[in-house]
Amino acid sequence: MKYETVIGLEVHVELATKSKIFCSCSAHSYGADPNSHVCPACCGMPGMLPVVNKRVVDYGMKAGMMLNCHINRTTTFDKKSYYYPDLPAAYQTTQWFAPVAVNGLVEIETSKGKKSVRIKQIHMEEDAGKLVHDIREDTTHVDFNRTSVPLIEIVSQPDLSSAEEVEAYLDRLKNLLRFAKVAECEMAHGTMRCDVNLSVRPEGSDKLGVRTEMKNMNSIEAIKRAIEYETARHIDALEHNTEVLVQETRRWDDIKGKSFAMRSKETAGDYRYFPDPNVMPVVIDDEWFDAIQSSLPEFPEVKRERYINEIGLSEYDADQLVKSIAICECFEDAYAVCGSAKDSANWLLSECMNILNARQMTYDMLDIDGKALGKLIKLVSDGKVGRANGKKILADMFDNRDIEPESYAKENGYIVSNDTSLIEKVAKEAIASNPRAVNDFKSGKEKAIMALFGACMKQLKGNCDPNTLKEILVDQINKI
Amino acid sequence: MKKYTVKTETLAECKFVADDMILTKDIPTTAGSKMLDGYVSLFEADVLTRLFDKGYGLAGKTNVGEFNFDLVGETSYNGAMVEDGIIKNATASAVKDGEADFAITLDVNGTNRRATAQSGLVSVKPTYGTVSRFGTIPVACSGETVSIVATNADKCKEVLSVIAGHDDKDGTSLPQKEIDKIKEEKELKKVVVLKSMLKGINSEVSEKIANVCEILRKNGVEVTEIDDSVIALSNKAWNVLMSAELCNNVSRYDGVKYGYRAQNFVGIDGLYTNSRTEAFGLLIKSAILFGSETLSTSNYMKVYDKCLRMRRVIVEEFAKMFASYDAVLMPTCSTFAYTQESVQKDMYMPFTENFYTAPASITGLPAVVVDGVQFVGNAFSENSLLSLAKVIEKEGK
Repeated sequence: MKYETVIGLEVHVELATKSKIFCSCSAHSYGADPNSHVCPACCGMPGMLPVVNKRVVDYGMKAGMMLNCHINRTTTFDKKSYYYPDLPAAYQTTQWFAPVAVNGLVEIETSKGKKSVRIKQIHMEEDAGKLVHDIREDTTHVDFNRTSVPLIEIVSQPDLSSAEEVEAYLDRLKNLLRFAKVAECEMAHGTMRCDVNLSVRPEGSDKLGVRTEMKNMNSIEAIKRAIEYETARHIDALEHNTEVLVQETRRWDDIKGKSFAMRSKETAGDYRYFPDPNVMPVVIDDEWFDAIQSSLPEFPEVKRERYINEIGLSEYDADQLVKSIAICECFEDAYAVCGSAKDSANWLLSECMNILNARQMTYDMLDIDGKALGKLIKLVSDGKVGRANGKKILADMFDNRDIEPESYAKENGYIVSNDTSLIEKVAKEAIASNPRAVNDFKSGKEKAIMALFGACMKQLKGNCDPNTLKEILVDQINKI
Repeated sequence: MKKYTVKTETLAECKFVADDMILTKDIPTTAGSKMLDGYVSLFEADVLTRLFDKGYGLAGKTNVGEFNFDLVGETSYNGAMVEDGIIKNATASAVKDGEADFAITLDVNGTNRRATAQSGLVSVKPTYGTVSRFGTIPVACSGETVSIVATNADKCKEVLSVIAGHDDKDGTSLPQKEIDKIKEEKELKKVVVLKSMLKGINSEVSEKIANVCEILRKNGVEVTEIDDSVIALSNKAWNVLMSAELCNNVSRYDGVKYGYRAQNFVGIDGLYTNSRTEAFGLLIKSAILFGSETLSTSNYMKVYDKCLRMRRVIVEEFAKMFASYDAVLMPTCSTFAYTQESVQKDMYMPFTENFYTAPASITGLPAVVVDGVQFVGNAFSENSLLSLAKVIEKEGK
């Protein structure tokens, strides 16, 4: 029998607000000393009361709008109770009864074509702390820096059917949320985490099979391996009765390449949700709603069409650019300054990408000043700076965002010289010391001139217009 | 037998005590629970800051029953106050005995109102949201209110004017503009007595009610007696809401971070279980179990959600009442003395005696206790209620 896999995802995304969801502590403690970003409120001490960070609601709404959700105009917070040492008040404030956004739709594209994934809901909540196990002392320490950092949980309907679709869906979420600048969505940093709900059923059946949940997956590769493993395990169980499938939570061990049962539905905790009496319902009036709606960015598809139809980029270039808001913004700034869309796209998609790849950075990590890039492109296309030197300046711009290309080129001797007597002198020297290349050229091997060209460029530190140099070289050889 | 958990020195002209639910810096706040034995908060209650800023001085922290959940203080881990077999309330005693001009207390389940009635003092439980709860030990957040106990109505009014005000640190604190409505005082001319709320009172309390009605009539206040079956349901719903919130609020006391920690345990679950088993008293344990059960998946809609709906119905019933009357008169307690014997016989009395105090708790309406009886008024009418109390104060007793 043929089977199909049915997958639904619960994706936790850390919102990029400055402060935490219910107190004024900084929400950014990545790499900071343990418990250095805490206060009595996020440590759950008695007597502190939660005050909702309005920015979190802004971002929650924005995320909902990016994923085509209906926004609940009255949204409420609820308490979810469970005991764990990383949860200082023994309850998490989350949204259970009236989440900020519901009924969304996200389009994804895979090798099999386009597909819509329905979003059940997006709710806002606080993150828990972190447990750090000390192997030497065999003790566990608690770090509350992450406690109360705002999260949204994006719950999809079970509309996904393969690891490829899951990857496309996660990429799409990341792209949209980054476009709206509400989240970083970097799995490696823990700013995006994923629970995978999976079941298997005979192809064509409309009945769902027994579902298992794998918690806190933190790399796309691990997710793909886990989906393949779980699918095979489920099919095996159905085909060969190797085991009885039960609804349970499983832990994925990426090193062993296996999943292990954590707890079944019967033993799962009862979270005893109830409305948090300390947080008043958040009422989103028209003014607030409209302000958020008008702050939405141009969607990637709209940008893509504009790049193709209005500024004449190729479909390929446009597709590549809209993968990242960082690249798009840099592109638009550069284009505005240098006036050439094609040059701007080329510099970004080849030169910038090369540097990012060499530094093992993703394209979302691009952090250079687009206007400065535009100036640099113009200097090169105007022949004021040689292309090779232009690339050197670009690499330096990755290290120092404040570099102003023209003055930097002057300071470092990267300006193309118009001094033809100097070029003539260098050309003569090169010709004199490379008689073989000269002979080859004269006997019809036109490419032989490149050896002379290279030697001259090296001597001139690249500060020479290539066409002028070529003309002078040919001229000088012909004079011999 | 302990009146104070901490006695402090003050040179201030006007002295007050705070019950041990109000967080103080530098000195312990125990909430009457072994769980918080020796616990010192990193910050102080907003209400204390407001009082200190106006020159009032703290004379001490008074003992409370565990999480101020009981009748009048009988469940305190620090030891209850008993005189001649009668349970006394530490906070009210400090005021009654002249050791403080007034007391600040957290009204969770009517404890301070019962104590006020039994000590012949005056108290005001202000409208929910007018006094910040920042820095009070959270128990039943949706209804508990910082309250004032004093020897007379004028003192209550004076202190209320200091502690009422918007606080950004409390998400349920009302806007200042709303709170200012307290200042719009009006004469209360129509008082209604609910027959259903007179259930269970002894003859002494019954006589008090009759006496107060007489004083009111003598002073030109129209007193009407009516039947009403809705408001008398208040404590049924409040017991559920209050216990559920308590269960959730005290779950933070787990022996991990602060407070009591069991000496012997195996594993993290053992630490939780043993610490909580050893530190919580019976009443709190019962409420935790009860509250937890009402919030469970199988009971939430059947029980908790129904009680939230009941709360709404009760609020609407009061609103109807206030369309025709200015205040509701009801008893504060069934008797003016709780014997140690009766409390020992029935530890669940806090769930039945709050029949009289729950209507104001569940609705967040202001309540003033004077001469043993209780007036519940419309939101922001506390000053008007206190003026009425002043009339009774003069002629009562």
